[in-house]
Amino acid sequence: MIRLDRRPEPSRAWTIATPFVAVALTMVAGGLMFALLGKDPVEAIRTIFWDPLFGDFASYSRPQLLVKAGPLILIAIGLSLGFRAGIWNIGAEGQYILGAICAAATGLAIYPAETWIVFPAMIVAGALGGLLWAMIPALLKVRFGTNEVLVSLMLVYVAEALLASMSLGLLRNPEGMGFPGSRNLAQYPSAANLDLIPGTGLHWGVALAFAAVIVGQVVMTRHQLGFRVRLAGQSPRAAVFGGVNPGWLVVVCMGISGGLAGLAGMFEVAGPAGRLSIDFNVGYGFTAIIVAFLGRLNPIGILLAGLLMALTYIGGELAQLQMNLPLAAIQMFQGMLLFFLLAVDLLTNFSIRFGRRVAA
Amino acid sequence: MSNIDPILLLSAIIIVSTPILLAAIGELVVERAGVLNLGVEGMMITGAVCGFIAATSTGSPWLGFAGAALGAALLSMVFGVLTQLFLSNQVATGLALTLFGLGLSALLGQGYIGVKGPVVPDLYLPVLRDIPFLGPVLFRHDAMVYIALFIVLGVWLFLNRTRSGRVLRAVGENHDAAHALGYKVVRVRLLAIAFGGACAGLGGAYLSLVRVPQWTEGMTAGAGWIALAIVVFASWRPGRLVLGAWLFGGATALQLALQASGGVQIPIEYLQMAPYLATILVLVILRAGRAPGSLGRSFHASS
Repeated sequence: MIRLDRRPEPSRAWTIATPFVAVALTMVAGGLMFALLGKDPVEAIRTIFWDPLFGDFASYSRPQLLVKAGPLILIAIGLSLGFRAGIWNIGAEGQYILGAICAAATGLAIYPAETWIVFPAMIVAGALGGLLWAMIPALLKVRFGTNEVLVSLMLVYVAEALLASMSLGLLRNPEGMGFPGSRNLAQYPSAANLDLIPGTGLHWGVALAFAAVIVGQVVMTRHQLGFRVRLAGQSPRAAVFGGVNPGWLVVVCMGISGGLAGLAGMFEVAGPAGRLSIDFNVGYGFTAIIVAFLGRLNPIGILLAGLLMALTYIGGELAQLQMNLPLAAIQMFQGMLLFFLLAVDLLTNFSIRFGRRVAA
Repeated sequence: MSNIDPILLLSAIIIVSTPILLAAIGELVVERAGVLNLGVEGMMITGAVCGFIAATSTGSPWLGFAGAALGAALLSMVFGVLTQLFLSNQVATGLALTLFGLGLSALLGQGYIGVKGPVVPDLYLPVLRDIPFLGPVLFRHDAMVYIALFIVLGVWLFLNRTRSGRVLRAVGENHDAAHALGYKVVRVRLLAIAFGGACAGLGGAYLSLVRVPQWTEGMTAGAGWIALAIVVFASWRPGRLVLGAWLFGGATALQLALQASGGVQIPIEYLQMAPYLATILVLVILRAGRAPGSLGRSFHASS
C-alpha cells in the first residue's frame, strides 16, 4: 500500500531536485520514443543535448543557443509573475506577434532615414503592442469577469490572422517581387538588432532577458509587488483582506507579461528573423509556458530552463538534419518534459509512505 | 450578400458546429465532475489523426470514429493519472496535454498528409429529407450529426435523471463532502475524464473525416478552445450547449460563405478572425452561471 502524506510546507530540496529528475526521466522516455521510431536512442539524445554545444558544428550552433533562449526567458519571466498570482496569460504568442508587427511598422514607417531614434522607437512600439494586446483579456476580466485563459488564447488566432494580413498587405516589401513578407529590417542599419559582441548571438534582446532575470528576482523577493503576487497566489481571500486589489493585480501582471512578450517579438523581427512574414512566429509564446513551469516560476530557474529548452530546439533541428528525426518528435519531447515535471512535483508537496494504512 | 443560399448556409452551420458540440459535451461532463481539462485541443487533434489513420487503414469511417474515441480517451488518461493520482496542477497539465497532443498528432500523421480518406455517407432519412427547406437543412446529414445530438440528450438525462449523474455532480460541487458520503471521487473523475477524451476524439475525427476531409497538421485550429469557451457560455448546462455550438458554427459558416461568395470587399484574413472574435464577444455579453464548486481543485483524501 502506497500512501501520500501532505508535507506541512513544500520540500526545498525537492523543489530544486525535481527539474533534474524530470529531465532525466524525459531522456529515458524520449530515448524509448526514438527507439520506437527506429533511431538509435543514445545517438539521438547525444545529438540533441551534446552536439549543439560540443559537436563538430558547435561554433555555428552555440550562438543560436542565446538567440533562441533570449525570447523564451524574456516571455517566461513575465508569465511567471502572473502564474504565481493565479492569473493565466496563455496568449503570449499573440502578444509576441503584435509586438513584432508594431515594431516592424514603426521601423518601416521611418525607412530609409538613418537616425538613432529608429531603434528606441521600435522598442517602445514593440512593448506597447504586446502590452495593449494583453490589456484586452485583462480589462475584460476585470470589467466583465471573462476567463482570461480563453480570451488571451482566442486572441492568438486573431493575431495570426493579422500577421498574415500585414505581411501580405500593408507591410509587404514593395521591392519584394510580389513575394509575401516585409523588408528585411536586419539590413536597415538604424533598425537592425545585431550581436553586441559579433558571433556570440548576444543581441539587445538577450541582454534584456538577462536583465529581466535579475529584476524579476529582486521584484519577487524584495519588492512589494512580489509579495502581493505571492500572497494572491497562495490565498486570494487573504490577499484581499491584506489590501491587494485583485483587478489591479490582473492588469499589472498581464501588462508586464504582455509588454515583455511584445519586446521579445520586437527583438526577433529586428534581428534573427529580420522580416515579418506569415510564419515568422515559431511558437516561442507557447514554449515559454513550459519554460516558466520548468523553472519553477523562479527567475533563476527560468534562466536555466530557457537555455535547456533552447538546446532542445537546436538539437532537434540538428537531429532532423543528421538523423532524419521528425520535428514533431521534438515537440512531443518538450511536452513530455512538462508531464514528467508535473508528475514528480508530487514529491515536493507530499511524502510517500510505504506500508499498511494505520487507523487514525 | 445576395448570392449566399440560406439553405446551404444553415446546413453548413449544422456541419461546422458538430465537432465543437462533441468536444464541448465531453468537457461539460468533465467540468461537472469538478475537473478543468484545458487539453481539449490536444485530445481533439489526436482524435483527428487516430480517426483518420483507423479509417484509411480499415476503409470504414465508423471504425475510424471508434479509433478516434479510443485514442483520445487513452491520451486523456495521461491527464487523468497526473491530475488525479499525482495531484498535479490542472491548468498546467491541461496545457501540457495540448502541446503534447499537437506533437503526437504531427508525428502519427506524417505518412497521411494528402491521403484521401473513406467517404462518410449521408444518413438516408425517407420522407423527412423531402420536407421543403427543413429537409435539406436538418435531415440530409451524416449519422454523426445526429449521434452528437443524442449524446447531448443522453448527458442531460444522465446528469438530471440518474443516480450516477447525481453522484458525479456531488463530486464536482464538493469533493470533500462527496468523499465523506463514501463516493469514490477519484474513480468518478477518471471516468469523466475518459468520457471527455472520447468525445473530444470524436469531434476531432469529425473534422478529419467529414468536414475537411483529410489530415493536415494543426487542423483543429483552436476548435478545442472554442469548445471550452462554449461550456462556460452554456453555464455548464447541456441544453444551452447546443445553442452555443450553433451560434459559433454560425459565425464560422457565415465567414466561409462570405469568402466563397466574393461579394464583400473584406480581406480573407479579417473574415478568419470572426469566429474567435465572436467567441470573445459572447463570453463578454453573457455572464456565465455558477461554476461547479470544486472546479479545478485537486482532491486528496487526507486534507
